Amino acid sequence: MTIYYSEDHEWIEVEGKSGTVGITDYAQNALGDIVFVELPEVGEDYAKGDEVAVVESVKAASEIYCPVGGEITAVNEELEDNAALVNTSPDADGWFFKIEIADESELESLMDAAGYKEFIAGLE
Amino acid sequence: MSVENNSSLLKTPLYSLHEDLGGKMVPFAGYLMPVQYPLGVMGEHNHTREKAGLFDVSHMGQVVIKGDGADKWLETLVPGNIIDLKTNRIRYTMFTDENGGILDDLMITKRENDIFMVVNAACKEQDIAHMRANLPAHLELIELNDRALVALQGPMAAAVMSRFAAGADQMDFMSYAEVSICGADCFISRCGYTGEDGHEISIPADKAIEVCKTLLAEPEVEAIGLGARDSLRLEAGLCLYGHDITTDTTPIEGSLDWSIGPRRRAEGGFPGAERILSQLNNGDASKLRVGILPSGRAPAREGTEILDTHDNVIGIVTSGGFGPTFGGPIAMGYVKAEYAKTGTDIFLAVRKKKLEAKVADMPFVPQRYYRKPK
Repeated sequence: MTIYYSEDHEWIEVEGKSGTVGITDYAQNALGDIVFVELPEVGEDYAKGDEVAVVESVKAASEIYCPVGGEITAVNEELEDNAALVNTSPDADGWFFKIEIADESELESLMDAAGYKEFIAGLE
Repeated sequence: MSVENNSSLLKTPLYSLHEDLGGKMVPFAGYLMPVQYPLGVMGEHNHTREKAGLFDVSHMGQVVIKGDGADKWLETLVPGNIIDLKTNRIRYTMFTDENGGILDDLMITKRENDIFMVVNAACKEQDIAHMRANLPAHLELIELNDRALVALQGPMAAAVMSRFAAGADQMDFMSYAEVSICGADCFISRCGYTGEDGHEISIPADKAIEVCKTLLAEPEVEAIGLGARDSLRLEAGLCLYGHDITTDTTPIEGSLDWSIGPRRRAEGGFPGAERILSQLNNGDASKLRVGILPSGRAPAREGTEILDTHDNVIGIVTSGGFGPTFGGPIAMGYVKAEYAKTGTDIFLAVRKKKLEAKVADMPFVPQRYYRKPK
């Protein structure tokens, strides 16, 4: 099991061909209080970089991009009633969806934990 | 926005205080303003509804008109009843254009010897030019550029104010007084933009930080940014100029009929009176501002198209978001007049989806203004 990070502040935890996707603590902190998450439908296909979900804070809507291409196999239905889980547990209970990764080589362009830490340090 | 661009932005007299408080500064109406503090938009919103919040609104324009008959002259520019306004009372009205469109909305206070007004930041230059272009020689227009303006709002706001200005908690809603706070000559107005009780406080710029620090030292008070100011006013059903009311909307289309009293309706005499009074008397406004309640959890933002059951566009959302106190998404916007009745089923085109919604009464959260016992 390995966790990768995108420059758009998504994380993907990979186990075999299956990935679980969420947004990072840095992202939830920047977005502020999250009140609604629009999730994709199970069975839909997305390419790497596609807009796959939308996160709404009190003030604004922000797009979430698919870190790798593939088919959506599950979504976190808990978020429908409790979007604030993204704030309180961004890297665990606040996960967004699971995806069947179409092309594992797409993971190579993502960062590991140390790389992402360096990346966000450069943003501040 | 780049640092270079930020350098052309104006700062209010409270800028350094915002930085000290950890405010996240963003460009707004030509100023660098705090959108939120470390408490966050939701926390700041809830704090204001539960206790008291202090807002910097110094970017707004403060103007005085001096001279005999200033009230009568102002009535040539606004549809509000200013002549009959009693001393130390405040009225909400708007500058209208020849087509009845709204140039800005504003608060007018009749003081003992002059008229004091507060106009929107984004419109102040244009408002002042508009007034100067119409100003008779015997009247004087003075811009109070040396004063800050803050709002103290919330159910505990008046109690806090009364610690520094005795009797402030007994002032009626929409009344005005001049008081000394920390030795500074302040103008206090019992009004605001949150739906809560409270005051707006005009403070000499050089004393603004001291007065605000004094208020913030009270246990009930937190600094509140523009983010929460927006969600609070939306829950209260209050218009944001440039969004919910513009030159393309009249006061009647904007559902602000209540702001035009009987005498002005009978006499007219303000820009666009023909169209505005026709809409008022004949009910022939083609669109109306309404409250909108999406039935799901997804907020509908400004610019969202409003549809009928057959996917025809019947209007547009002008303000929309999530109401923390209401506990769900809320919006306001314009619909064709035949769809304006409360309870009408409408649809919102949010990201290629068609979400169910209903036309709803406003405010979404009851207003809690102070009414003096008779």
